[in-house]
Amino acid sequence: MLQILFDALSLGSLYALGALGIALIFGVMRLVNFAHGDVIAFSVFALLWPSTDALAIVFAGQLPWYLLIPFVLIVGALLSVLCEIVVYRRFRHASPATMMIASFALGFVIRYFLLMLFTSRPKSISLLPALGQPVEIFGARLPLLQLITIVATICILLALTLFLRRTRFGLEMRAAAENFSMARMLGVRANNVIMGAFAISGALAGAIALIFGSQTGTLDIQMGASVMLMAFIATVIGGLGSLPGAVLAGFLLGAASVVMQVFLPIDARPFRDAFVYGAVILVLLFSPQGLISARGTKERV
Amino acid sequence: MTLLSLTDVSVRYGRLTAVRGVSFSVAENEILFVTGPNGAGKSSLMRAIAGVTHCAAGKITLDGRDITAEKPENIARMGFSMVPEGREVFGSLTVEENLMVGTGMHGGAKRGRIADELASVYDTFPILKERRNGQAGLLSGGQQQMLVIGRALMTQPRLIAIDEPSLGLAPNITDQVYERLIALRAERGLTLLIVEQSSTRAVMVGGRMLLMRGGQIVLDGDARALGNSEAIQAAYFGYEDH
Repeated sequence: MLQILFDALSLGSLYALGALGIALIFGVMRLVNFAHGDVIAFSVFALLWPSTDALAIVFAGQLPWYLLIPFVLIVGALLSVLCEIVVYRRFRHASPATMMIASFALGFVIRYFLLMLFTSRPKSISLLPALGQPVEIFGARLPLLQLITIVATICILLALTLFLRRTRFGLEMRAAAENFSMARMLGVRANNVIMGAFAISGALAGAIALIFGSQTGTLDIQMGASVMLMAFIATVIGGLGSLPGAVLAGFLLGAASVVMQVFLPIDARPFRDAFVYGAVILVLLFSPQGLISARGTKERV
Repeated sequence: MTLLSLTDVSVRYGRLTAVRGVSFSVAENEILFVTGPNGAGKSSLMRAIAGVTHCAAGKITLDGRDITAEKPENIARMGFSMVPEGREVFGSLTVEENLMVGTGMHGGAKRGRIADELASVYDTFPILKERRNGQAGLLSGGQQQMLVIGRALMTQPRLIAIDEPSLGLAPNITDQVYERLIALRAERGLTLLIVEQSSTRAVMVGGRMLLMRGGQIVLDGDARALGNSEAIQAAYFGYEDH
């Protein structure tokens, strides 16, 4: 039972962090950033040397954990900010559909860049191997990694909440997310807020990459896409643009997946995702605005 | 000294022209009312000055600097604070957070005055102090109007432009707002640019008044002198003769 709870929480953590990264950017510029998943893949592939082998040739991955973690987070943040400066900035006044297509294109560019350097073979890697050991809590044997994932996610969520509630930049970001043009009329610099949102979102992508990479032990250039899909769904159920909604829905989706995996009849288990999506449709039928609707769905920039 | 100057400014939305070739200037410490019936182009003009609406033609300068294509945040940082129509409060933020959004642009001496400024806004609008930790979206319409005016004052502007300050406010509160604005004008040389639909307030307070109609300025003069002249009545109720 405890095992199920922890499985649900750690899978939910992954979805919640992903959803948060998408919701943050949607909040400030009405962009559904489909390149987010590829930023996830890129930030962890940055640890490797380009090669075609199945066994990863580790380069920065040998760093001790206290350097490795910031390295991945910073790579994610930098790539994400770069995407903003090079691509999205030119689409500020474009319609949301145009921006979305631009994000798809950008995602493909990143993915094929990785494909070129690393080929499509998944690579095995042991990131942070010390975390694979099981620990015993209340009679249940849990991988230490799972525990750390949950604790780290809670820490990230707390830190982000404090950042948004207590700092000047957080205040400006929340104001801009609600009414961008009014915030600008009060002297809030649009570029700073948007780049800040991309940086945080990219760092979150890095965190997901670390968790995902160390959980599965394999890196695949498609790895971001699977998380991205669920994370996107979580932002929609959460109410696009609502950060608490995204987190809540992320955890709910994680829980739903794990619970269905356990309780569905064996024959139905391969169709688990279909049941999860069915539940999503039900939620949206009853609450089309999402669980927590975001305020101020006005025109941006 | 001229603080704000517009030359032949036009604003278009697609094929519709909201403002056509408007020119006027505002001197430092002046009080200027822009009045006119609904749809005269007053709000479009304000939004064009603030930089949130694109100017189709013409030139706007603030303090001698061309701001025609400048970003709204930079115009705000030059000391132009705009209160748009429609009470654009940040509904999910608290009242005090709303007031603080615009104070980030300052450094140095002005930053030290933020606490004083907050106290003075609370002094003018005690209800805001009472509700300081409440969600701004839950305030009544009149309270939201107080909040947006207070929020604009928090940026310690040189020129404050208010689109219909009296909208939704009880008359005695409107009086207080005007008292406070006029006091600030005397105290620190604040320049006032105020949009009102009716000329009543302009005649009461005094100062210069522009009257807009059909996107153009049709009258420009001393508010009290224009007062109840026939020209004003013609501008409001007369037939369009152009």
